[in-house]
Amino acid sequence: MKFIGTVIVCLTGGLLLYGTMDLPDWGDPGSPASTHLSDYYIEHIMEQTQVPNLVTAVLADYRGYDTMFETAVVFCAGLACFLLLRDFRPKKDRYFRHVPTGVMLHFKNPDTRMIADNEFEHMDKDWVPSDMIIKTVCRILIPFIQIYALYVVAHGDFSPGGGFQGGVIFGSSLILMAISYNLKTLVKRVTEKFLSIFAALGVLIYVGLGVGAMVMGGHFLDYGMLAPLLPSDPGHIRALGMLGVEIGVGIAVMAVMVIIYVNIVSEGRHDEGL
Amino acid sequence: MSDILSLIVAKYNFWLYIILMMIGLYAMIAKNNLMKKLVGMNIFQTAIILFYVSIGYKHGATLPIIQGGHGGHSAHDAVIRAADYINPLPHVLMLTAIVVSVATFGVAMALCVRIYQRYQTLEEDELRMRVSEKNNL
Amino acid sequence: MNNMPAILVLAPLLGALFAGLAAWIQKQLSYYIALTAMAVSCFAAVSVLKDVVEAGTMQYRMAGWAPPMGIELKIDLLNAMVLVLISAIAFLNLVASVKSVEQEIPDRAPSFYVMYLLFVVGLLGVSATGDLFNLYVLIEITSLTSYTLIALGDKDRGHLAALNYIFIGVIGASFYLLGVGYLYITTGSLNMADVAVILKGIQGSSAVLTAFILCILGVWIKMALFPLHVWLPNAYSFAPVGFARVVAPLMTKVMVYVMIRLMVTVFGLDYILDTLHLADAVVWLAVTAILAGAFMALSQTDLKKMLAYIIVCEIGYMVGGAWLGNDLGMTGAILHILNDALMTFALFLAVGNIIYMRKQVAFSNLPGLFSAMPWTMAGFVLAGLSIIGVPPTCGFFSKWYLVLGAFEAGAYHFAAALIISSLVCAVLFFKVFEICFFASAPGDPDHHVAGSPQPIHYIHAAGHDRAGGDSGAGTHPPAGVMAEAPVSMLAALGLVSIAIIAAGVYAGTIVNTIILPFLQ
Repeated sequence: MKFIGTVIVCLTGGLLLYGTMDLPDWGDPGSPASTHLSDYYIEHIMEQTQVPNLVTAVLADYRGYDTMFETAVVFCAGLACFLLLRDFRPKKDRYFRHVPTGVMLHFKNPDTRMIADNEFEHMDKDWVPSDMIIKTVCRILIPFIQIYALYVVAHGDFSPGGGFQGGVIFGSSLILMAISYNLKTLVKRVTEKFLSIFAALGVLIYVGLGVGAMVMGGHFLDYGMLAPLLPSDPGHIRALGMLGVEIGVGIAVMAVMVIIYVNIVSEGRHDEGL
Repeated sequence: MSDILSLIVAKYNFWLYIILMMIGLYAMIAKNNLMKKLVGMNIFQTAIILFYVSIGYKHGATLPIIQGGHGGHSAHDAVIRAADYINPLPHVLMLTAIVVSVATFGVAMALCVRIYQRYQTLEEDELRMRVSEKNNL
Repeated sequence: MNNMPAILVLAPLLGALFAGLAAWIQKQLSYYIALTAMAVSCFAAVSVLKDVVEAGTMQYRMAGWAPPMGIELKIDLLNAMVLVLISAIAFLNLVASVKSVEQEIPDRAPSFYVMYLLFVVGLLGVSATGDLFNLYVLIEITSLTSYTLIALGDKDRGHLAALNYIFIGVIGASFYLLGVGYLYITTGSLNMADVAVILKGIQGSSAVLTAFILCILGVWIKMALFPLHVWLPNAYSFAPVGFARVVAPLMTKVMVYVMIRLMVTVFGLDYILDTLHLADAVVWLAVTAILAGAFMALSQTDLKKMLAYIIVCEIGYMVGGAWLGNDLGMTGAILHILNDALMTFALFLAVGNIIYMRKQVAFSNLPGLFSAMPWTMAGFVLAGLSIIGVPPTCGFFSKWYLVLGAFEAGAYHFAAALIISSLVCAVLFFKVFEICFFASAPGDPDHHVAGSPQPIHYIHAAGHDRAGGDSGAGTHPPAGVMAEAPVSMLAALGLVSIAIIAAGVYAGTIVNTIILPFLQ
């Protein structure tokens, strides 16, 4: 395999290097890539959409159709993790800890039921006593991370940011909760049903805005057509449409990040893990 | 000699991405451990992202957010010159590519978890052995 | 304004999302939503085809931006045909699949339908789009869904097959993406038509050559052309039946479509044939693919694996035909996209019916099928004859065009490969027919003529026979007892069989109204 690998790598590398011979130099402002479409975007986006962040404008408007499928890819990844890993069978080995004494009980029969009681708590196999400092710091941090995530989503039009980035940050705040407490704490607050519905809903907001424009008589995703529905300056309507789309993307990405994390760390059981 | 050197210096972004990409490709083909292969795959895809982002760069330009455009109509007064801002399109494309590569990585990880549950190993040669054992049973 | 091109792609996407949401209310609901969505998409595809035949190429600007700034859907005669093919096959398969999904993945059926619809969205999008990067995103959707659905199949080897497919698939998609990058850097545009115009001026550039090689290589990996086919047989034979039946006929054909689109629309046939001089090498590659596929199919002992290798062989036909460099070859290749999709679909439908009743399709499980499942076998025989290329069926006509094209181009080796592979296919199918026809008694030494390498299955099945032949699903019913698949599955098979004959009878009409005008 090593030999085949080396040969393939050399061949591909050679081909790619040969291809670079005719490419323009790095950072050349006169290269075709930096003039043809790029100039049009830079010079016209501001007047056409009133969105100063050109990346967001191209992403959500000019190439919004791409981004819609990108969100569908995210949704697909979440569903894939669920389909491949989710395991509803009860676990064979379970551990319970008697809280006052600290004695561990090991249950080998899956049918044995443990009556929920304050004196016993369900344990992970790889459970570690969580640290008070970590818990407290994370408890304080999480709301701020979430606010920041919302800021990143909402300001995607004006500053670096947008739905994907904000969604990932929001998702990571929830993952932080699972890491600092345990997975159960997260799954209890953010249930599987909630996450799956939100993942689909996020994409649906995106597609729905597009279909809305179609119903109003425009092309798909033509946010300008939504103007009669919204009490806003018609020139600003495309920016609002993009914001709506970004919110949808953010919701979907947030939900899918958590779905992927929860399923992979607990091998699909949602009861224990990191 | 100096010709080649100047060629490399003028296009060193391409050389770097090709080297990075070949590291990833080699790992994907030659490594035995599935996780290492996955890491190779990630390096491979990241190299492409590097390539695209380097296309977008222009000397003497800043990031593609129109200055003074926030909230008001002030930007209408000033003329927007294309030479002042770098090309936004490659960034857009790469946002998509990043998301795709993350999604693929997630699915591949899920598959790895399943394979490990089933065969208790992620080494490819051992896996091949165990699969053929199962078939011959 | 005509929104049909957008509805065509969006209906399954919306269907997927609503099916996912509806599963939380009622599990059955998601199947009906999926069915409705596919029906809408199918209707839209037919109406688009009608419009395109009447009024010429159709353009749809996404978000209202003119190309090349925005993304456009551009539907000419070739895509229109492929779109109708995809949506019709996906719809029929959905009708046929409900029982086998219940049997194979009962607890995850709604998620299966959601994934299935997303896969179809990807295929439809790939065929409809007029933008190079959009094509990449949609290829990734189809790939991601097929990785997942393939892993749901065989419990032991499905995951490994899927992971293998991921590694190779990612390399393929990344090569394509790199190719688009090289094109973008030299032309500054992503719209196919716009790129084609700019490329005319810079044909000598080494970057364009690299871009071309990378794009074509990526597509070849995805379509499993012979030396790059290693992922296909395992992936397709371990996939769950409901998915194998749609991925096998469609995925590779759509990739062939992408190749033809890149060759004809983006790079231009003149550039490929006159400037590059690669055509001879590629035709030789196709010849190898045809022969290798046919002979590897000969050594298989499992019906699903055998069909998977036949797909590898058929890909050789289409690639070779497209690279022959004349209109006849290209006509044959395009006609073969249609015909091969129909034939492969019919074969996999029949195999799905057999699996539904008998669980396995190793050759040792097949005896007695003609008497047990006469209707299924009728469809199977028809599709088999079509693959071989017997005249009234459609397979004959595309092969005819391919052979004519080969003679016109002087590529006699290609014509010879076509004929040899047809003979090999004849041997293959008559072997299968023979095994299915004779219901050998358990313990009969003749039984081993079929070359069963899996004696366990054989003894297992035979054991059931001795135990009294419980004729329920999954066991081996005694000879002579009808144990036919459910009506929904048979109806789909019947429709496709009619389509195979119809595509054969109307081959001339299809060529004259769709393919030749496209090539002008």
